[in-house]
Amino acid sequence: MTTRLFGERVARSEDRRLLTGRGRYTGDFEPAAAHAAFVRSDFAHARITGIDVAAAQAVPGVLDVFTYADLADGFADRLPLLVPSDKLIAPRTQHALAKDEACYAGEVLAMVVARDRYVAEDALERIVVEYEPLPAAVDLDRAAGPNAPLAHLDMTDNLAGLVTEETGDVDAAFAAAPHVYDWTLRMERSASMPIETRGVVARYDEREDRLLVHDATQAPTGVRFGLAMLFGMDPDRVHVVAPDVGGGFGVKVIQFYPEEVLVPWAARRLGVPVKWIEDRREHFLGSNHERGQIHHVHVGAADDGRILALEDRFLHDTGAYCSYGLILPIITAAQLPGPYDLENYRYELRSIFTNTVPTSPFRGAGRPHAAYVMERVIERVSKELNLDSLDVRRRNFVKEFPHHVGVTFQDGGPTVYDSGDYPKGLATLLEQLDLERTRTEIATARAEGRTVGLGFGAYVEGTGIGPYEGASVSINPDGTVSVATAHGSQGQAHETVFAQVVADELQVPFERVHVTTGDTRRLGFGVGTFASRTAVVAGNAVLLATTEVKRQAAAVAARILEVAPEDVVFADGAIHVAGAPDRSIPLGRLAMASNPTRYAFGADAEEGAKLSQLAYEGGDRPLPEGSHPGLAATEYYSPTSGVFGFGFHAALVEIDLETGHVDILRYVVHHDSGRIINPMVVEGQIHGGVAQGIGGALYERIAYGEEGQMLNATFMDFLMVTAAEMPRIEEVHTETPSPNNPLGIKGVGEAGTIPVSATIANAISDALNTPVDHMPVTPEEVLTLAGKIESP
Amino acid sequence: MKPAAFEYLAPRSVEEAVALLAERGEDAKVIAGGQSLVPMMAFRLATPAALVDLNGVSELDHARVDRDTLVLGATARHRSVQELAGLRERCAMVAEAVGLIGHPPIRNRGTAGGSIAHADPAAEWPALLLALDGEVDAMGPGGRRTIAAADLFRTYFTTALAPDEILTEVRLPLPAGAVGSAFVEVAQRHGDFAVAGAGALMIVADDGSVADARLVLIGVRDTAVRSVAAETILRGASPTDPVLDDATNAIRSEIDPVSDVHGSSAYRRRVAIAVARRAVTLARDRAHAAVA
Amino acid sequence: MDVTLSVNGVSRTASVEPRITLADVLRDELGLTGTHVGCEHGVCGACTVLLDGRSVRSCLLFAVQAAGQEVTTVEGLAAADGTLHPLQKAFHDAHGLQCGFCTPGFLMAARELLDENPSPTESEVRTWLSGNLCRCTGYQNIVDAVLLAAERMRGAP
Repeated sequence: MTTRLFGERVARSEDRRLLTGRGRYTGDFEPAAAHAAFVRSDFAHARITGIDVAAAQAVPGVLDVFTYADLADGFADRLPLLVPSDKLIAPRTQHALAKDEACYAGEVLAMVVARDRYVAEDALERIVVEYEPLPAAVDLDRAAGPNAPLAHLDMTDNLAGLVTEETGDVDAAFAAAPHVYDWTLRMERSASMPIETRGVVARYDEREDRLLVHDATQAPTGVRFGLAMLFGMDPDRVHVVAPDVGGGFGVKVIQFYPEEVLVPWAARRLGVPVKWIEDRREHFLGSNHERGQIHHVHVGAADDGRILALEDRFLHDTGAYCSYGLILPIITAAQLPGPYDLENYRYELRSIFTNTVPTSPFRGAGRPHAAYVMERVIERVSKELNLDSLDVRRRNFVKEFPHHVGVTFQDGGPTVYDSGDYPKGLATLLEQLDLERTRTEIATARAEGRTVGLGFGAYVEGTGIGPYEGASVSINPDGTVSVATAHGSQGQAHETVFAQVVADELQVPFERVHVTTGDTRRLGFGVGTFASRTAVVAGNAVLLATTEVKRQAAAVAARILEVAPEDVVFADGAIHVAGAPDRSIPLGRLAMASNPTRYAFGADAEEGAKLSQLAYEGGDRPLPEGSHPGLAATEYYSPTSGVFGFGFHAALVEIDLETGHVDILRYVVHHDSGRIINPMVVEGQIHGGVAQGIGGALYERIAYGEEGQMLNATFMDFLMVTAAEMPRIEEVHTETPSPNNPLGIKGVGEAGTIPVSATIANAISDALNTPVDHMPVTPEEVLTLAGKIESP
Repeated sequence: MKPAAFEYLAPRSVEEAVALLAERGEDAKVIAGGQSLVPMMAFRLATPAALVDLNGVSELDHARVDRDTLVLGATARHRSVQELAGLRERCAMVAEAVGLIGHPPIRNRGTAGGSIAHADPAAEWPALLLALDGEVDAMGPGGRRTIAAADLFRTYFTTALAPDEILTEVRLPLPAGAVGSAFVEVAQRHGDFAVAGAGALMIVADDGSVADARLVLIGVRDTAVRSVAAETILRGASPTDPVLDDATNAIRSEIDPVSDVHGSSAYRRRVAIAVARRAVTLARDRAHAAVA
Repeated sequence: MDVTLSVNGVSRTASVEPRITLADVLRDELGLTGTHVGCEHGVCGACTVLLDGRSVRSCLLFAVQAAGQEVTTVEGLAAADGTLHPLQKAFHDAHGLQCGFCTPGFLMAARELLDENPSPTESEVRTWLSGNLCRCTGYQNIVDAVLLAAERMRGAP
């Protein structure tokens, strides 16, 4: 009997350990290790003229205290540039410990290793840093302007990188456009803020010359190869494990944060396991942020609302350093057109250094800004021309696929949409919303004096980029199947969805498929869990590896069963001859048979071992050329290009004009990420994405004072939404398969977040009948927009 | 975010606690629920050399309504107050205010006495004490004294309690008669400290006029504050909507909110007036319901 | 100093400095790493445990303060034979967890809720759990899981 789990709501195999307190997070390893803590710069920008660690060294329980002067060789160099680009004018990354200049409040200056974290923090208080404070570039507009304070002493301005691109003939299109507008849109800084902070635990075994690092990272393979290089160690002697990771959302994939280098370095130098579990204050001050951008858009529109020309000149706040190169603003620029066919589009992005925490992708990664800008443009054009914005959207939709956007994608190739059906997606959303009834309800509410508004947002999300991911699959003698992928899950259920793919292909029970992720001891090559890519890239690698194992199993079984490989059938954890189910071999026994050796325990294995003579019978040697022992394969999948999910959101909001509170009465999501492996998991990803989007639209922002001090580095002041603020999300799906990969899937991890700021802004704008051009919208800003209080 | 080392002292009686506090001097701190103190210690914004823990002092652990007075020992949890039978009917303002303190785990541990001694201008208990003309007992080396609410709160996080005194009991007189009361807050998220909050209480006379009115505001200046101006307008008046408007607009001269990361002074002013109006309206409507 | 507490019904003694939080003692001294630490200032709720049956932030309590009291952690939620508590089962069935880091705190907070109110409304569940932060799920499936568990527990004989 053939069963199929692909597309089913399979409950997760990860859950049991996580629900019973037996999860294995980074902080759970090495309970007896020494603990590290870091002195971080008090100033946003300062020369470091001296660090006195003597008093800290004397604290009982302190093992050692390190500053830049203690680092040598590669450890004294600047940390690597993760994503180089020839458009990067000033590639600046930080030192593991600041050398002589601190460029943001929170930059690490010194490291303490002590018996425990309590003692380590005692020692921090006794370290005296001599600062010579310098002017700080903080405000993005000001930092980009003339005579700005300089973020780096050795630069003459704050420009990190500049990219311009154009498709079509923008100037000619503007010249011919009957309506031309100029608008400015802003989005403030925010952060991923997983509930588990970062953490690194390192143990160096001198006798074995082995380094084992547990790292709450989204990309252990890169950390492993990087550490091997830094230490001059054979990569086989360095292993990095990302165990259960308590949320990532982008912030845990940097390669390298200073602590990822320093903790293993200290463990080796001191000869003891060293553990660093970031605390929340450190996370605010020392883990990357995102989102700060300012867009100046120039729009040319036809009478019917078609966008004839669009120019976007925008600033991106890269923070103090740019280890992620220009990837964020490039994503913004490439994804700005969204589902719309912009024949004439030009952008100029300027990435600007400020003396603030560096930025790197946070769920959505440049796309929430893109959707916000584009959807505000659509709404404002519609408003100016007195048109229904849904009609304007439909008129501008991309209708044919593949669609060439005409600008460069984040992977360096052209931006090409593989598939989609935008009119159908929008129609599906509107059906769930019941547009006519909703409009009637709004009219009624307004007649009662209530302030309500309806907003829409649309997005396209490029997912599943290369270069590659791998998977290894092997059938074990007990009939279980071991699967390994290089990169871990931070909650995305990889153990479950990959097992679904394998169980389907081999027709083994789901429970017999055991997936390990994020352990370089199991699979050394890989790229990372980010950019909504793992299900697509690693998922297809799992399929390829399983297909290869299946081929091997069929070949061995065919010889034993004395039929052609085409004539065997996989069913119920066994292989049988087509049409003769009684002539069968369990997969476990087959695995045993395929490995000509002797280690059989138990009758089934003994039986299998006997069969191994048959398995390779007729060859010139025990293991014939071209075959290998066991049923195992490692395969890699490299996509030709990204695959583009899309969707539409709608929000119905009510505003309290006395307090500025925005109540989301309804939130409706349409989403299309191609074929769905597990709808339950996809819905969960959307829910979480929308929650972060609502946070970004109404609550969350990282606030800096003029001197570059963070003003809200606590959970009391950085406001993440709770269950009480979240509306119930109504979710509908369409499935437009991707033609670009064997599974037909697209990524979904970031989708939920992308259009939320756009949607909420449009809803508030509709309610107040005024443009909303700055996100997030705090209650105070709502009242300011409504003319109820003076702008502060 | 680990606290600095401290000496832990666990007295079994008030007397012993007072003696320990006096002995250790100003570097010692009293801990009851610890829901404000321990976070400050985690950030090392507070580094007491010694903690005198009141949780083992059984004589301080009581919460009851004595005839017309709510009596709370220093370690009575917010939660214990919520569990007093009939409190909501007796004085909705107290029940609603306590329900607005943080979240269940905070209310299970935090105490009214601790909140009053901490004197956060955005906290609920100081406001309740002021609104109900309550009083606290304090015990120091010189003996026990009683401090009236009006004399207790000095400025941000500062009270009339001496460093060597321990707040031992809180007493809140609960008005009788045709009483209506309410406590209303606006915060961005449920359970957060309020941007602004207001507690109102009204007693309506047989002729429908206001026999007594109290209005207290939080989050709007250096301490919780009674609005004398609003109460003066309300007392003796017929509590019509225009009168309530006048009364709540009168708080403008009595509040002086600061600007911070959650909102400007102007924004807090607007919210303060809005919550005051809502609280007073609820109090009036409930007072009317009590008459009927 | 030595502190003895009853953890999940078992008497445990640890030698700790007074400044060590209950969360750190559970994790580092007693090896009960199911209780997670997310903010150490009493906001995120990941470290929520029950103290004499009532939910508390174990990061805001010094272990010495819990001496002689009964602490229940996520490890004590399932039955001795490994049968999941109805809340754990419902979180699994309703996909009420993703990364799992906040989950122990939610489970303990939800257990106190259902102990006190076997028939909460959706709004009551949302309000009660608003002291626990989750960054993955958007809360919807957590809320549904608690409602599902309540329904199943009411239906149980």
